[in-house]
Amino acid sequence: MTEPFIDTSPKTWDEVKTTTCYMCACRCGIKVYLKDGTVKYIEGNRDHPVNKGVICGKGASGIKQHYSPARLSKPLIRVGERGAGEFREIEWEEALRTATLWLSEVRNKDPRKLAFFTGRDQSQGLTGWWASQFGTPNYAAHGGFCSVNMAAAGLYTFGGSFWEFGEPDWKHTKYFLLFGVAEDHASNPIKTGLGKLKGRGAKFVSINPVKTGYSAIADEWVGIKPGTDGLFVGALIHEVLAAQKIDGEHLQRYTNAPWLVIENPGGPDDGLFARAESGAALAWDSHTGTPMPATSSDALPVIMGRFTLPDGRRVVTSFTLIAERFLSPEYAPDAVAEKCSVPAATIKRIAAEIADVAFEQQIELDIPWTDYTGRRHEKTVGRPVAMHAMRGISAHANGFQSCRTIHLLQIILGTIDVPGGFRYKPPFPKPIPPHVKPAGKLGQVKSNTPLPGPPLGFVTSPEDLLVDAEGTSLRIDKAYSWDAPIAAHGMMHMVINNAAKGDPYTIDVLFMYMANMSWNSAMNVPDTMKALTAKRGDGEYVIPKIIYSDAYNSEMVQYADLILPDTTYLERWDCISMLDRPISEADGPADSIRQPVVEPERDVRAFQTVLLDLGARLGLPGMTRPDGNPRYPGGYPDYIVNHERAPGLGPLAGFRGPNGRHQGRGTPNPDQLKAYIENGCHWFHELPDHMKYYRHVNWDYLDWATFFGFMGKPEPIIHQLYCEPLQKFRLAAQGHGKNIPPAEHRARIRKYFDPVPFWYPPFEGDMVSESDFPMHAITQRPMAMYHSWGSQNSWLRQILGRNWLYMNTDRAASLGIADGDWVTVTSHHGQIKGQVKLMSGVNPDTVWTWNAIGKRSGTWGLSANAPEAQKGFLLNHLISDLLPEREGGYRFSNSDPITGQAAWYDLKVRVAKAADQSAMSAPQFTILKVKR
Amino acid sequence: MNPAYSVILFTTASGAGYGLLALLGLVGFNHGTVSNPVFGLVAAVIALGLITLGLLSSTFHLGRPERAWRAFSQWRSSWLSREGVVAVATYLPALVFIAAWTNILPAPGLIAPLGIATAVLCAITVSCTGKIYSTLATIRAWNNPYTVPVYLAFSLASGAGLLTGIATIFGRYQIFQPALAAVATLLVVLLKYLYWRSIDNAERTHTMAAATGLGAGVRQWEVPHTSENYIMKEMGFAVARKHALKLRNTVFLFLLLTVLALAACQITPWFSFVAAPAVLFAAVLERWLFFAEAQHVVSLFYGAEKA
Amino acid sequence: MTSLPTPQPNQKKLGLVIDLDTCVGCQACATSCKEWNTQGYSAPLSDTDPYGSDPSGVWLNRVHGYEVKEEGRDDSRVVNFPRSCLHCETPACVTVCPTGASYKRAEDGIVLVNPDTCIGCKLCSWACPYGAREYDYTVGVMKKCTLCVDRIYNTNLEPEDRVPACVKACPTGARHFGDLGDPSSDVSQLVQAREGFDLLPEMGFKPVNKYLPPRKRRDAQTSKAVALPKGDGSAMDRLFKWADKLLGSGTASAAIQEDHSDKLEG
Ligand SMILES: Nc1nc2c(c(=O)[nH]1)N[C@H]1C(S)=C(S)[C@@H](COP(=O)(O)OP(=O)(O)OC[C@H]3O[C@@H](n4cnc5c(=O)[nH]c(N)nc54)[C@H](O)[C@@H]3O)O[C@H]1N2
Ligand SMILES: Nc1nc2c(c(=O)[nH]1)N[C@H]1C(S)=C(S)[C@@H](COP(=O)(O)OP(=O)(O)OC[C@H]3O[C@@H](n4cnc5c(=O)[nH]c(N)nc54)[C@H](O)[C@@H]3O)O[C@H]1N2
Ligand code: SF4
Ligand code: SF4
Ligand code: SF4
Ligand code: SF4
Ligand code: SF4
Ligand SMILES: [Mo]
Repeated sequence: MTEPFIDTSPKTWDEVKTTTCYMCACRCGIKVYLKDGTVKYIEGNRDHPVNKGVICGKGASGIKQHYSPARLSKPLIRVGERGAGEFREIEWEEALRTATLWLSEVRNKDPRKLAFFTGRDQSQGLTGWWASQFGTPNYAAHGGFCSVNMAAAGLYTFGGSFWEFGEPDWKHTKYFLLFGVAEDHASNPIKTGLGKLKGRGAKFVSINPVKTGYSAIADEWVGIKPGTDGLFVGALIHEVLAAQKIDGEHLQRYTNAPWLVIENPGGPDDGLFARAESGAALAWDSHTGTPMPATSSDALPVIMGRFTLPDGRRVVTSFTLIAERFLSPEYAPDAVAEKCSVPAATIKRIAAEIADVAFEQQIELDIPWTDYTGRRHEKTVGRPVAMHAMRGISAHANGFQSCRTIHLLQIILGTIDVPGGFRYKPPFPKPIPPHVKPAGKLGQVKSNTPLPGPPLGFVTSPEDLLVDAEGTSLRIDKAYSWDAPIAAHGMMHMVINNAAKGDPYTIDVLFMYMANMSWNSAMNVPDTMKALTAKRGDGEYVIPKIIYSDAYNSEMVQYADLILPDTTYLERWDCISMLDRPISEADGPADSIRQPVVEPERDVRAFQTVLLDLGARLGLPGMTRPDGNPRYPGGYPDYIVNHERAPGLGPLAGFRGPNGRHQGRGTPNPDQLKAYIENGCHWFHELPDHMKYYRHVNWDYLDWATFFGFMGKPEPIIHQLYCEPLQKFRLAAQGHGKNIPPAEHRARIRKYFDPVPFWYPPFEGDMVSESDFPMHAITQRPMAMYHSWGSQNSWLRQILGRNWLYMNTDRAASLGIADGDWVTVTSHHGQIKGQVKLMSGVNPDTVWTWNAIGKRSGTWGLSANAPEAQKGFLLNHLISDLLPEREGGYRFSNSDPITGQAAWYDLKVRVAKAADQSAMSAPQFTILKVKR
Repeated sequence: MNPAYSVILFTTASGAGYGLLALLGLVGFNHGTVSNPVFGLVAAVIALGLITLGLLSSTFHLGRPERAWRAFSQWRSSWLSREGVVAVATYLPALVFIAAWTNILPAPGLIAPLGIATAVLCAITVSCTGKIYSTLATIRAWNNPYTVPVYLAFSLASGAGLLTGIATIFGRYQIFQPALAAVATLLVVLLKYLYWRSIDNAERTHTMAAATGLGAGVRQWEVPHTSENYIMKEMGFAVARKHALKLRNTVFLFLLLTVLALAACQITPWFSFVAAPAVLFAAVLERWLFFAEAQHVVSLFYGAEKA
Repeated sequence: MTSLPTPQPNQKKLGLVIDLDTCVGCQACATSCKEWNTQGYSAPLSDTDPYGSDPSGVWLNRVHGYEVKEEGRDDSRVVNFPRSCLHCETPACVTVCPTGASYKRAEDGIVLVNPDTCIGCKLCSWACPYGAREYDYTVGVMKKCTLCVDRIYNTNLEPEDRVPACVKACPTGARHFGDLGDPSSDVSQLVQAREGFDLLPEMGFKPVNKYLPPRKRRDAQTSKAVALPKGDGSAMDRLFKWADKLLGSGTASAAIQEDHSDKLEG
């Protein structure tokens, strides 16, 4: 017999379209293969700067998300009780009229009574602007519960950040430290980077309580105890300072290490920089022995020492303060070893290894560059130690300071934006912090009037806070209040519970988009459900109206009054803009679009278009022409092309101006979207070599970035090791200045707003009893699932249709727990039941599970007895939104005191074998109706 | 291995059928034209019925039964194909043999040679069935020298048991029938004992370490999918050891019951009505265990330490 | 064709090389494989009960997770382990097949099932030690990794894309595709350099696919204990001296106005 003939060149598609993936926030370029208008195959786009052809487990399952049975298909209005899942389908016109009515009432009465919060969204350029046009300060995206600690710590320290604002130099790095990352937003780039790194034989160290995923392939795993990274890194700093393995020249010229801090204990200027009349911070010039503006090109600043200024004030260089802190015995490896559960010898060795790579194995690229003072450097010198960190650091109440500690180490070693180090992605670096202040002060919120600025920004002193004369928050989430002064991304996790308590006030309309706030993005889920359904004495809901846009039948849909069904990511236009969360590469700016590759066959509309429509119906100035007609009648694509934030600057940086020949700045180009599509739906501008490094102080780059609109003027971005804005809050807490915190806040602010990074124990662990709750409980992101929305995907749910509680084998044995036992997990706030799986690669004091696999029965188009609901569970039920009561009865939010970042990973629990060994997780909630 | 009922039914029914048919062939060979045609016809219909039932049930096990004919093509290399070919080939001499025996085809000269040919083909078919299993290197419990003999012995024992019963009905009971059945059943007991001893003592030389190449310290941490897949359903089935021992004893019990009943045929041949079902039940149970006790090498990838 | 083709001199042996040292277990290879093949040569790869309580389906590639305690170490590591057909040189999955639906291509060694002639007897899946055959209950035939035979020669795809879907997808670059019959090919060289190994070699199936072992760790147990030299005196004083040197003159230390040596030690 002969072999059968097979067609080895079948063409199973008739068309291939490019667009951008949205199975997660990494935003890879994809090619969608279509046959007769249906999606057949999705692969990575080889030409795309983000993923360069690869795809991930989720991305390749996009078909199943696009054709999910959980998709919403028509606008809905609630008819039964809230949470009962009874809705009536309505036409879009009725939906939009209803929303307009509700919103215009609020805008007329008090715009603050609208809380507009968006979740996993990537059109914050639009949504933030819409909120500001509406006139409400109550706007934020999900950053506050996600990783604002990382963003803020970076932006207040070096003008960039981990998260998506920079990346390790995968090409050159020789030593890579990864802190608390399971997956992160750069899913594919990190994987590709790690692959390269391993191929080159670079050393990869993962600091993580759990040894899975990336940590599994690390050369060295440091199984740290959760919440103690600040100590571990502090000890590394201790070691390098003690051995003077420091990039002195870098510190001297490009950081505030030599800046002079006033030492005047009790005085109103204590801890502030000594400044010249011009406002320039002073440094001690070693040539002249006098103070001089620190950035002046003639100065040769001294970085260590205490001096007396000509006016008699005593000053000290900020580096001296830093050295005093980290050389203190508290940060010695031997002192921290036990607290972090990392042997002192390991800490010492890692310090020695990084110092060796940074200083003995430095890289020199033949790329001359010029710094801001005009000094020409013949070579670009790199210290090839790179670091990256994410939620393992940020999701703790000490995350901001811990993250600053990591940045401090990076900067001391001279590894920021150098070959082999951590590199900015344009539009970063930005001035420290960026020059945008949050709008929404008293007097700025007026009926039927836009805010004078964006609702989110960067405060630098108590004057910038959004509080009233009593110090009460003006925002519903208490961001930018004394609770969380530097809440740069708002505090979405507080909105529902605050609004339900009327603390600081009640609202009329809650408008949410793409956030599963009644489930996996809520802290304290059971109470959040109660808050959403709570009624006042008169029978009206405490949160009277809830408008929600989702694309799928999520847990949150059930709690909305009006549902605006969105398209799937393959059905709409989108714009991944540098005004929002950029997809740039370290080598240059990039942005991209999504184009509809298939037409929706349901009665759904793209949310951004709906938002612009609502804006026009409400008569918001930016969205209406003087004649009252909509400004963007073509919806979101119209806006993407024609909206200008400032003359020549719009959502997309590529193909601007006449004939699309301008980049960055240029008049709107009517053919811009076409140009993007022709270019594979993305745009990337590679910087010339001499502008690729040291960009915070790189003359040519700063000039170019200013032209591109990334910054106001070409000024050097001097790394702020010592964070003066924090000290301003501290001074207020000592009674200085006009804006003084209420008494109950003072001690807290004095303690935590230390301008020099430091470590303190996470709050929950500090407040509950160690013997009652001896274990840390954390989650990790599964690589093949995206939060809640992966479970509707029939392929992905086969891979991960339920979760287990992973526990250290030896620890479990000591508690009498065997593999497969069902256990109760108890925190100071609640109890859940789940099934245990044992492993040895986990810190013995830690249990963990995959995030957001547990589902509420009846949601997501799944049958009510789906394993996700019956065996899956969430840790969120155990995580309180508020900390236990402090003296005085005030309950602070379970957040970082500086930024308000939700402290998900501070959770402390005890684990015990469950009396009830039935194969059913707890708690179980009423089954939500399955709507198909 | 998953004890699929279609396969159990197939091997036991066709085993008994071929056993019976083979014995009829021998009876025909021995007695030639003097045999009772009605008895021969009924017995042959039962034998062929069992064989056909078995073969049909085996096609239920197929995903595409309508393509079953394709299974005859690979007799050069595949035992399954050979089995199919021989199984079908057996019908030919068998049918002619019956026709001659019952004088439908008046060719008495054919009875003896075709009787012998049928018996031989039956034995080959059953050997092929056994070979399908015994040649699978992936399943230690099957890849065993006793597999084929057990299949043959069971076939003979159940066939002889049936023969005794049918002969009794037709008043053609002869001592050699229960005697043969008893000997065959005792042979099964012996072979099965040796088989179980052999698989119990066999060293399980395949290890998870070799399967994964990851060394002796390897253990399963995470299943590839949280829901069961085909491989886990098909090859992951394993009866608990304690339960298996009980079932083994039950098999022996029924085999001994068979022997006792056959001995009791000395008192009255109607005891063969105890013997025949007993041996058939033992066969079904034994076959169930044959699958349920067999561990597939692939289990090493799913957490088993050894196979 | 149930008999195996006679190997020719310089026989082409296409296969995969999977690097267990870099695989992070992301499942990209598994879902990309499913996605391509459910509309390609093996189409469809059916799912049963996709939104119900027991969802399952046909996957030609699955990623296992193992925890390995290496000898002489007291900790263990997680190894992610993708597993698909190894396109064995002498596989019983082919020879047991009664229909000839299962065959090994003479040209490149790819082991395939002909979906038009397979009767779904499942015997080949019993014969495969590696669990690489997946029965499709809905269609009633056996499915398996095709080595993307409909991609690697597909002239409708750009030359760079003519690799298996799983290889194209893999973000870490842990999957390599090539001719393992050619000792000078990249994949053969890689296997040589990294001591690639066979799974269950004693079964005698001679898998073509190779696995690269996890590299040795460079951590507390394997690295030399080193620490930065500290020098004499207080750490703070040493830092001052260093800062001085940085200036290339002695002016800085002259400015020290306080003595810290009592406060700190290094
Ligand atoms: N225990 C624990 N809890 C956590 C975390 C943790 O680590 N541990 N992590 C936290 C973090 S960092 C985050 S970011 C949050 C994430 O939590 P969420 O922001 O709630 O994210 P998702 O669950 O992905 O769901 C967002 C919603 O978007 C909807 N959606 C999906 N696609 C579309 C679309 O195209 N259009 C519209 N309109 N809607 C769509 C989904 O159906 C879903 O209802 O979870 C937080 N919660
Ligand atoms: N596949 C997939 N990708 C995603 C997401 C998803 O849901 N799925 N979500 C996206 C979102 S919204 C976000 S915010 C990012 C977050 O991306 P990651 O930061 O990678 O998020 P987590 O999974 O929370 O990972 C936190 C890691 O920190 C570890 N950890 C916990 N506590 C500590 C600690 O105290 N110290 C140290 N060193 N480690 C600790 C945990 O074990 C875990 O490995 O991922 C994004 N990417
Ligand atoms: S990493 Fe995220 S954006 Fe990229 S392919 Fe995967 S799911 Fe899509
Ligand atoms: S891995 Fe299994 S299916 Fe693939 S060739 Fe080898 S024996 Fe056959
Ligand atoms: S299932 Fe199909 S391919 Fe496998 S042995 Fe049977 S006929 Fe051959
Ligand atoms: S080679 Fe093709 S069929 Fe085989 S595992 Fe990879 S993607 Fe799947
Ligand atoms: S795609 Fe690559 S890294 Fe991901 S599981 Fe497969 S082999 Fe491993
Ligand atoms: Mo997040």
